[in-house]
Amino acid sequence: MYTVVKRRVLAEAIVLLEILAPDVANKAQAGQFVIVRQMHNSERIPLTIMDFDRQKGTVTIVLQAVGYSSKLLTEMEEGDNLLDFVGPLGQPTEIKNYGTVLCVGGGVGVAPIHPIARALRDAGNKVISILAAKNKDLIILEEEMKAVSDEIVITTDDGSYGLKGFATHGVQAVLDRGLEISAIWAIGPMIMMKSVADFTKPLGIKTLVSMNPIMVDGTGMCGACRVLVGQETKFACVHGPEFDGHLVDFDLAMKRSAYFRQEEAIALHEHKCQCQKEGK
Amino acid sequence: MASKMPRHDMPRQDALARGNNFQEVALGYPLEVAVQEANRCLQCKKPKCVAGCPVGVDIPKFIQKITEREFLEAAQIIKRKNLLPAICGRVCPQESQCEAQCILGVKGEPVAIGRLERFAADYEIAQGCCKPECQAPTGKKVAVIGAGPAGLTCAAELARSGHGVTIYEALHVAGGVLMYGIPEFRLPKAIVQKEINGLKDMGVEIKVNQVVGKVTSVQELLDSGYDAVFIGTGAGLPHFLNIPGENLCGVYSANEFLTRSNLMKAYDFPNHITPIKVGERVAVLGGGNVAMDAARTALRLGAKDVYIIYRRSKTELPARAEEVENAEEEGVKFHLLTFPVEILGNEKGNVKSMVCLRYELGEPDESGRCKPLAIKGSEFEISVDTVVVAVGQGPNPLVTMTTKGLALDKRGTILADKETMATSIPGVYAGGDIVTGAATVIQAMGAGKKAAASINKYLATK
Ligand SMILES: Cc1cc2nc3c(=O)[nH]c(=O)nc-3n(C[C@H](O)[C@H](O)[C@H](O)COP(=O)(O)OP(=O)(O)OC[C@H]3O[C@@H](n4cnc5c(N)ncnc54)[C@H](O)[C@@H]3O)c2cc1C
Ligand code: FES
Repeated sequence: MYTVVKRRVLAEAIVLLEILAPDVANKAQAGQFVIVRQMHNSERIPLTIMDFDRQKGTVTIVLQAVGYSSKLLTEMEEGDNLLDFVGPLGQPTEIKNYGTVLCVGGGVGVAPIHPIARALRDAGNKVISILAAKNKDLIILEEEMKAVSDEIVITTDDGSYGLKGFATHGVQAVLDRGLEISAIWAIGPMIMMKSVADFTKPLGIKTLVSMNPIMVDGTGMCGACRVLVGQETKFACVHGPEFDGHLVDFDLAMKRSAYFRQEEAIALHEHKCQCQKEGK
Repeated sequence: MASKMPRHDMPRQDALARGNNFQEVALGYPLEVAVQEANRCLQCKKPKCVAGCPVGVDIPKFIQKITEREFLEAAQIIKRKNLLPAICGRVCPQESQCEAQCILGVKGEPVAIGRLERFAADYEIAQGCCKPECQAPTGKKVAVIGAGPAGLTCAAELARSGHGVTIYEALHVAGGVLMYGIPEFRLPKAIVQKEINGLKDMGVEIKVNQVVGKVTSVQELLDSGYDAVFIGTGAGLPHFLNIPGENLCGVYSANEFLTRSNLMKAYDFPNHITPIKVGERVAVLGGGNVAMDAARTALRLGAKDVYIIYRRSKTELPARAEEVENAEEEGVKFHLLTFPVEILGNEKGNVKSMVCLRYELGEPDESGRCKPLAIKGSEFEISVDTVVVAVGQGPNPLVTMTTKGLALDKRGTILADKETMATSIPGVYAGGDIVTGAATVIQAMGAGKKAAASINKYLATK
């Protein structure tokens, strides 16, 4: 059993959970993920690590309620227990002194960007972070990101906060200042990672993205997490989740992510009916 | 006289009905039938069947106990050599092991040893398992990595010798392929868990959710106070064909397909939240037991047409004859001498068809089987919604990659001594599919047992 020791609502339908899991906390590194199973009949779902505290023995994850399973997870209270919490899985980010780097987080993608920015800064990089979201209310973890970055840039689609535009506009704005950027990490919705990668490809700036495909075991046993990277099939859970954004086949990845959408809707619907019956 | 009696059939669920449910197909011998079948045994002075058993169960003796209606004793005799008899009685390839050696088989049909083993084991479970006796604690500690048949057997044997044993298992339940691979209708998961509970009663600690190579490592286990380590991580890495279209939606590895259905119980969606989709037509690529399991699962999940697509002919099918027969009876169709060269998809990226080639058989190759030769220009299209790739598994590298000094062979399997199961690292032993490549439950158990015996010797010197 893995206990929720802290819960914080970051925005509408976005929740941070700090989980007691000392073994995982002890080994966790930036860029890695965990697999979570809430109850006996739950799915195993992958979540990228937002933070870890080796002293307290906790690992922090951030969830957005989209499907049935994530919705149920966001409803957990402090003191509740998760049945299974496996990790740390996947390859850690390659941390070294690159020079000046950009850490771009879109939506809840800011969460996994956080430990990467911190590790990169600890390694001596100048870290400029870009936080992108639809609107001001959906910008999350701004204080936490400020604490691990030399500078932060905010963009919102509707211009309600920071620059008006997408994550790529933020990248453009930084590049317009004539800075030499050695590498970019971009994490967020698939479409956002794709546009950042498409944007930086002609500029020849190394761009790393973190793939979050459908997974089952997370240990290389099933191949559900296949992604095509430079014409080669990779298992995101073992070889990734971080890959060279210029080589990832995002169109395929987006299609694969959508494969069970119908079933997700059924599960959510059943859940609602169940709650109504129980008068919740 | 008894030997003139024909071998007794085991009742099975009706083929049509069972194609729609996940309940066990083979129903086991009723008590009187078991006694009658046991009476067929000639009680040979020099029983050849025992030599055919990878763990050397005293077969004539347990069968004799069944004739004497001492069923619990029968189970105890099996358990002296095999701690998971309810599992082995169901999934061992007896026809090529013990039963292949039975004298009765020369002229007629062998004694149904497997069915009798299952009978005795189920009888014991129904009565409430008896805990095997353990020796006094030695104070020595052993870590076992992987809770498949190899790891479970090794753990049980070591616990019996009085050592403290902890199993580290990556998934959220113990059992390995028994839980995630072999379907419910062939091996009920409740039976697996009951046999595993027997180990817990013996004092074996099972830690789930522990991916060795990530959360800890072999070296760290040794450093943290374990006197020896056994690696039984299996052959869990699915192979693909590397043909175009293999990453389309609706192409599953057999491991993914079976794990969703068995381990995650997707057949009970949405009561269990993990989804699985089969559509109307499913093609399973490959001809082994795994392929049969996937095909039979697809039928039960509601597919109208399920095809086994195999490059060679029926005689070369690597699956057990019994499984092929079960699949055929349930309505699985066999497209033999056929294999895909490409999988095609629609605009959503979902599988819509496969382009296949026809094959003919040439000369026997290194494996002794006739080599399949593609017939030029024989391309044709089969329309399918789902493709399950069941062309074998390799060793998962998570443990081997992170263990310095561990000698591997070219395929990535661990090099272990055939007799002692010792690896290149002192105190570290390995067995099961991680050493042999994908094999059988009983072979994995045999290896776990051998390893436990040498770990015992090793610990005595420490
Ligand atoms: C679908 C299917 C059907 C089969 N049918 C039959 C049959 O009818 N009869 C038969 O005899 N054989 C059958 N087999 C083969 C048989 O199941 C295997 O040979 C046998 O299970 C091997 O046992 P094992 O203990 O070596 O490995 P496994 O059963 O594979 O167990 C390995 C365990 O180690 C765990 N593990 C892996 N990596 C790590 C890690 N890094 N850290 C911690 N734990 C880890 C895995 O999660 C797993 O639980 C079948 C196999 C499949 C896939
Ligand atoms: S999730 Fe199963 S192999 Fe990656």
